[in-house]
This record gives sequence, structure tokens and C-alpha cells, in this order.
Amino acid sequence: MAGKTLYDKLWDDHLVKQRDDGSALIYIDRHLLHEVTSPQAFEGLRLAGRKPWRIDANIATPDHNVPTTDRELGVEGIVDPVSRIQVETLDKNCDEFGILEFKIKDQRQGIVHVIGPEQGATLPGMSIVCGDSHTSTHGAFGCLAHGIGTSEVEHVLATQCLVQQKMKNMLVKVNGTLGPGVTGKDVVLAIIARIGTAGGTGYAIEFGGDAIHDLSMEARMTICNMSIEAGARVGMVSVDDTTIDYVRGRPFAPRGEQWDKAVDYWRTLHSDDDAEFDKVVELDGADIQPQVSWGTSPEMVTGVGGTVPDPTAEEDPIKREGIVRALKYMGLDPNMKITDIKLDRVFIGSCTNSRIEDLREAAKVVKGRKVSPILKQAMVVPGSGLVKTQAEQEGLDRIFIEAGLEWRDPGCSMCLAMNADKLGQGEHCASTSNRNFEGRQGFGGRTHLVSPAMAAAAAVNGHFVDVREMMN
Amino acid sequence: MRALQQHQGIVAPMDRSNVDTDMIIPKQFLKSIKRTGFGPNLFDELRYLDEGKPDQDCSNRPINPDFVLNQDRYKNASVLLARRNFGCGSSREHAPWALDDFGFRVIIAPSFADIFYNNCFKNGLLPIVLDEEIVEKLFQETYDNEGYQLSVDLETKTVTTPSGESFSFEVDDFRRHCLLNGLDDIGVTLEDADLIREYENQRRQTAPWLFNAAH
Ligand code: SF4
Repeated sequence: MAGKTLYDKLWDDHLVKQRDDGSALIYIDRHLLHEVTSPQAFEGLRLAGRKPWRIDANIATPDHNVPTTDRELGVEGIVDPVSRIQVETLDKNCDEFGILEFKIKDQRQGIVHVIGPEQGATLPGMSIVCGDSHTSTHGAFGCLAHGIGTSEVEHVLATQCLVQQKMKNMLVKVNGTLGPGVTGKDVVLAIIARIGTAGGTGYAIEFGGDAIHDLSMEARMTICNMSIEAGARVGMVSVDDTTIDYVRGRPFAPRGEQWDKAVDYWRTLHSDDDAEFDKVVELDGADIQPQVSWGTSPEMVTGVGGTVPDPTAEEDPIKREGIVRALKYMGLDPNMKITDIKLDRVFIGSCTNSRIEDLREAAKVVKGRKVSPILKQAMVVPGSGLVKTQAEQEGLDRIFIEAGLEWRDPGCSMCLAMNADKLGQGEHCASTSNRNFEGRQGFGGRTHLVSPAMAAAAAVNGHFVDVREMMN
Repeated sequence: MRALQQHQGIVAPMDRSNVDTDMIIPKQFLKSIKRTGFGPNLFDELRYLDEGKPDQDCSNRPINPDFVLNQDRYKNASVLLARRNFGCGSSREHAPWALDDFGFRVIIAPSFADIFYNNCFKNGLLPIVLDEEIVEKLFQETYDNEGYQLSVDLETKTVTTPSGESFSFEVDDFRRHCLLNGLDDIGVTLEDADLIREYENQRRQTAPWLFNAAH
């Protein structure tokens, strides 16, 4: 019999019951909650007269709606009354049920996928869910982590389990080493360009190969974060020394004897040598260039040295139609150079790229330089209060401010523009977030997905440039 | 949950691939703490010419006459015919809530994104996967025949056209069972409460660090 994949191991370890009809009950170790996808779940619980199954498995924080300025005002600082009610509702629900919440004024508040790992509330081998598709982020720790809908949030609250079908296994192997200036973001965009936004549908993806294991935890999180943009709910990296070193000493991490026992177990969290995958995709790390998306789907992406595609060259009629539509929305011409795309705003933040390493990379590029006067705005939004504090201790805030970037308070911000931070109609934005869908960053807004270093380089130049040219 | 055994209704064609959940229901409407009332904002950015706001009366907004759901022949549609990778992107369950609130009961596409597919079943909506060629044919028939309807039978797992042509589809047994009977998943799971407790106790022994509070 073939060995097990990492996903097989995680699945088996969380299996409570295999049902005859092919579905299974999977136990959930950690449940993260935020204000947008939880109110209806708490309401459902109340209506049915049910109690949460295991209070201490839940951690909550408001992130999607929170303003990124004037945070000392707390909830009162949320100008939009509808947003404010949503945040207040989360506070009320957590208080009522006794769930740990990092509230808006807590230093530990932040984007839910940043704070889980930061607190050590994300531990290797856990099953983790959240009413948010980017929960795949936590797979970077060798976790079984994925997004769920609100009905499932209620289901997990009430039963600590989920009803699941086992997915298929895919291995995405990035061999060799990445070139300088090429980051986790570029790797994952290149992977999505290769397999497409539906390429991972029905699969749990394991990212492997030397180029992946050479990366920091932050970069691995960036890659797993965007598994969902490749269609896969689950993206994982096996546990190695980098993982264990990152977890050590964090608030929720085990201590003493428990730590040793945990580490012994964590070291088994990798696919066996003879494990079989349903699909294997290989890329050479050395081939990957800094990426820029030009369209309205994350697979519409190319290297910074490339050009906007010509729809007449596309044979698949549905894809051709998609390109025509995207270029119209984006206001771009076929065959134009990526570096000729002019920008209006730059956004550095989101659960994809708002961790300390991301901010360091961006700061390195803008240090001693100025934001282009062409831009209306360039902003940096750290992923959590703790990331913000650390960045300030390292002096990154001063580098950004001196260069002309705004230094904001933590939250999702312009990643989805549910708060006041958004694009105007027709504006182009170099963004380190994960989705370039129509209207995602504001009605009529045009998003280009890039790494923090590329966003910083674009901020200085007012258009895209190859960040590697600025590194010498 | 509302059960669904059979359904017959007018088909509306959503003729684009990779329709994401941001498009189905834009983020500003996610601020609601309710499950209902999203119908008027379904496909908001495609449907109206102005930018929609939460809690707004949509009846006076300028509509986009080209958008399919604004055309009289599709106004009472309850079957949505769609293209590849429908429902990709965000996990927001507001997407099926909005489709449901508008009046859709069935969505047919060559493929769906996983989370959206799953969310549909939790809300009494049936997503049906049919081969791309069949979907293409249904698009043609929908365009060619005003008032075109399809009949769907979840019991027999078939879609039938007005001319009597039938296509079968797959759906896993658990989801089908729950939808046919309108079952509440949570109730079904709690029948296994003892098993869950047993699993939990054993994990407390073998992996106690999973149950720690912060140090
Ligand atoms: S940062 Fe963006 S993608 Fe991440 S959780 Fe927030 S809204 Fe979602």
C-alpha cells in the first residue's frame, strides 16, 4: 500500500466518523471568527437554543470593517453605522458566549489570518476553519485549514465538527531556488497562472520542493493564502525546522514536556516518500519572474517583463471572451507593456502580505526614495496591532512616512474596501492583496496584484517597474 | 431548511465564466447581520448603473438594460444557467442567500467553486454540474425560446428540457438526502454527540496542547 500524503494524515487524525454515504465528520481544533460571517451563525444558535460545544476552541476579532485611522476611538470611530453595528454585534456575541475576542482597541487585534499564527493559536497538525476563504493561509503550518460558509460556522460552533467529503491530493512542487527579488507572492501568482483559478477545485494542494522549504513562514503563508485563488480550499506546506522555530514561545504554543511531545508529533507531518498524489505540477523556481496581474481574475497574470495579452491569440472562445471583458474593464490595450501601466494608488496590506517580513521588503525598496507625485495615495496597512508595533520598533514606519506612504492601523482595509479605504472608479492600484475581481477594491476600481516589493517599486515610479532593477 | 425534490422554472442565462461571489453580492451588502433581503442587490454592479448602498430602496435606481435579469423574459427566472467556475472567490454565504432571495432554486453550470457549491446545499439551493456541451446547448435553447423552462428532479437526478430530452447529474448521497428532506445538518451531527465526545477525550490524552489557553 502506498504511503500517506500530509493531507491524508491530517484527515485521518481528525476523523470522528466515516459515514456510509461517503461523507465524514471531521473534528475542528480551532475556529476563528470575524464580524462579517458570524452574526447569522450566532443568531441561528440562539434560535435553536444551542450552546457552543467548546468555547476555548474559538478566537474572534473584528477585521473587515474596522477603520485604519483614529483607532483610539474604538468602535465609536466607525463612521458607517451599518459597519459599526456589525462590529458591535461580534462584541456582544463573544461576550454573551464567553468567546475570547481581540477587540478593536486590543493590541492583538488584526486580520484573522495574521493573528492566528502570531498568537500560536495556529499550531502544526491542527484542523482550523473560519468563515473566510483565506483560511487556507494556516496550512503553511502543516494544518488542515479551510474556509467555510456561515451555516458551517454555526455547525462548528454547535458541534465542533464539520461534515466533509475527502478531497483529492495535488502536489505543486517548486524546484531549485528563486532568483533575487522573487517572493512567495510571485511564486503563488505563477502557480495560479499555470493551473488556473479552477485548477485546484476539489483538491487539497501541498506545496513542496526546495524553493518552498527555503522560504520563511511568512512567505509560505502568502502562498497557502492564495490556494483558494487556484480553486483549492486547502493549501499546505509540511512541517520543518522553520515551522517549529516560528511557533516556539508564542502565547498559545505548548511549553516544557508538552512542547517536546508536540514537536515529536509535528515532525511526522509530511507526505511519506511513497505517497501518491492524484495530480502533480512542477515549476522551476529559477524561471519565476516578479508577477503583475493585468485582468480581473487572479490567473490573468504575467511576468513584469511581459505584455497585456491579445485576445485574438486565444483559441478557447470562453477564455477569449473573458480577456476581452477584462481588458475593457481594466482600460488596457492588447500588447501593451506591463511597465507602461500607470497607477493611481498603491496598497500594501491584506492577509496575503501584511506581516513583518512583507513590510520589511517594501521598506527596503522605498528607503531614501519618494512616492511618485503621479499617485493619489500609497498606503501601508499592517496585518495586526503587534505587527504594527514591531514595525515601529524597527523604524519601518518612519521609512514609509518619509517616502510619502501613509502608515495606517491594522485591518483588511482596501483588500475589499468594506471600510472607508477604497478605489475610485477607473483607478489603477498596485495591490499586495489577493483578488483583482471587478469592483473588489471599490466600484469600478482596477486592481493589479503584486508582491510588497513590486508594490513599493511601483509607488516610487508611478507605474510598474521590475523591482530587481532597483535592487543594485 | 427548505426541502427541494422537484423544481420547474424559467431559465436565465448568465453568460460569463468565473463569476465570483463579489459579483454575486458586493461587499457593502455584507454588513447586514441578517440572512434575508439580499435579493434586490443580487449582481448589483451588473444590474444597476450606479453604485449600490446598503439599506437603500433599489426601485428608483438606474438599471442596466443590457443585464440579463433586467430583461422582462427572465424576470421570473428560478433556474440560473451559468458558465465554468461559478461562485469562485470569497466564501460569503450571502451569495446563495442573495440568489435564493431573488427566487433562484437551481443553478446549472459546467463547474462550481467548492465553497459556493457547498454553501448552496445549506440553503435549499441545488447546484447542478452538467457537461460543457450540454450547458452550451441549454444556453442556445434558452436564447432561442422565450419563456424557456427546465424541470429538475433531485429524486431521479435528472434535468429535463421542454422537448423531453433528459440529462442526468451527480450529487453525493448525504447532500441529496438533506436537501430532499430539508434536514438541519446540525441536528444530524448531534446524533453522534457521544462519538464526538469520545474523540475529544482521546485527543486530550494524546495531544493535550490542542486544548491550551494562552500562556
Ligand atoms: S485581508 Fe482581504 S482577503 Fe484577507 S480576510 Fe481580509 S478581506 Fe479577506
